[in-house]
Amino acid sequence: MIRVVLPAHLRTLARVGGEVELDVAGQVTQRSVLDALEARYPALAGTIRDHDGGPRRAFIRFFACEQDLSHQPPDTPLPEAVASGAEPYLIVGAMAGG
Amino acid sequence: MSGVRVLVGTRKGAFVLSSDGRRARWDVSGPHFAGWEVYHVKGSPADPDRLYASQSNGWSGQVIQRSDDGGVTWEPVGNKFAYDGVPGTHQWYDGTPHPWEFARVWHLEPSLEDPDTVYAGVEDAGLFRSTDGGRQWQELPGLRGHKSGPSWQPGAGGMCLHTIILDPARPGRMFAAISSAGAFRSDDAGQTWQPINHGLHSEGLPDPDAEVGHCVHRLAMHPSRPSVLYMQKHWDVMRSDDAGESWHEVSGNLPTDFGFPIEVHAHEPDTIYVVPITSDAEHFPPEGKLRVYRSRTGGHEWEALTSGLPQEHCYVNVLRDAMTVDTLDSCGVYFGTTGGQVYASADAGDSWAPIVRDLPAVLSVEAQTLP
Repeated sequence: MIRVVLPAHLRTLARVGGEVELDVAGQVTQRSVLDALEARYPALAGTIRDHDGGPRRAFIRFFACEQDLSHQPPDTPLPEAVASGAEPYLIVGAMAGG
Repeated sequence: MSGVRVLVGTRKGAFVLSSDGRRARWDVSGPHFAGWEVYHVKGSPADPDRLYASQSNGWSGQVIQRSDDGGVTWEPVGNKFAYDGVPGTHQWYDGTPHPWEFARVWHLEPSLEDPDTVYAGVEDAGLFRSTDGGRQWQELPGLRGHKSGPSWQPGAGGMCLHTIILDPARPGRMFAAISSAGAFRSDDAGQTWQPINHGLHSEGLPDPDAEVGHCVHRLAMHPSRPSVLYMQKHWDVMRSDDAGESWHEVSGNLPTDFGFPIEVHAHEPDTIYVVPITSDAEHFPPEGKLRVYRSRTGGHEWEALTSGLPQEHCYVNVLRDAMTVDTLDSCGVYFGTTGGQVYASADAGDSWAPIVRDLPAVLSVEAQTLP
């Protein structure tokens, strides 16, 4: 079970209250987590990264385990603590974004 | 009894204001999409319960929302706005080539007949259409692909396609306006376009009478007389009597002819409304007095409408999509301000009262007249 924390404006759009819990098949990467997230909540497509799995939007950042993962390749495995659900994967709206 | 629904887009959400035909007491719902910029909300003329809203923000880009129950509930629909082919470049503010980049939807114009068909005017300027209720969007590339496209430059607010008018009498004819490329007309349902800017004169252009490059702020048309168009340009209020083939100035005795919205009375095609703004540098009313100006002669002769509007210390702006009319008798007129007020007049502008005073900055106002 992967735990994902969305920024407030995307929680509103997806109509979720707190953390999102996702089952991710296969290797847990940023791409596979985002694919699973968009499959569960189609309204989020295009709001975190470009459509069709494209690049991260400029004012969205990805954090986990006190690390900034925003610039890691999308297929790099996420930390084991994220893959095990011990730590959440944070999708963050940069302070400059809105 | 008939009623009115006023759809308000603001910097931080959308609001729906509802009243009966007397338009004296209003119910306010919202904010919908709280925290998001809502550039425009508009209902289908064919089904007033079908609404479309353009929702965006700097973090997450564009979302289109649709309601099938008059704004009570909403559903996110499609938000993929991909330019057709390789979009090429337009000019940047400094005159250098700049790639076409989608930023947001400024204006949504539902079809006159089909609730599932809706047009979207976007920044960077382009025209999109959905025929499935907003789920999928296809560009009508003939406008952006006009041979003048590489020379278009953004206005101060961005290079936005902000006005879409569908001709009710001539199927396939539509008008669009872009800041700051100018006005365009299509006679084949948006496939091909021609600039319609003859007669416009804009100081600040290398050629003040150029075919394109004019900062058109808004177009308006009365549905009973679609060959007559009105225009609020950056400076100058203009009129065309030949569907945009030529324009002449009708600013007349306005205190300033700078402004953003222009609107036509629902039952009197020669009665038009503008909100004069001091200048392009001073986006507030002259003398701190918020005055709507009405012409009953299709321009030239204007009267100030002030009853119920602040006449001192008022420094708000009224943006291009933030004025509208209903079709009740007598005609209701509405406008919203960057200070968060939405003013209504139930007597064609003779007197005004705020429906709400403290919304976020108002970006757009549309009225629906309900059976």
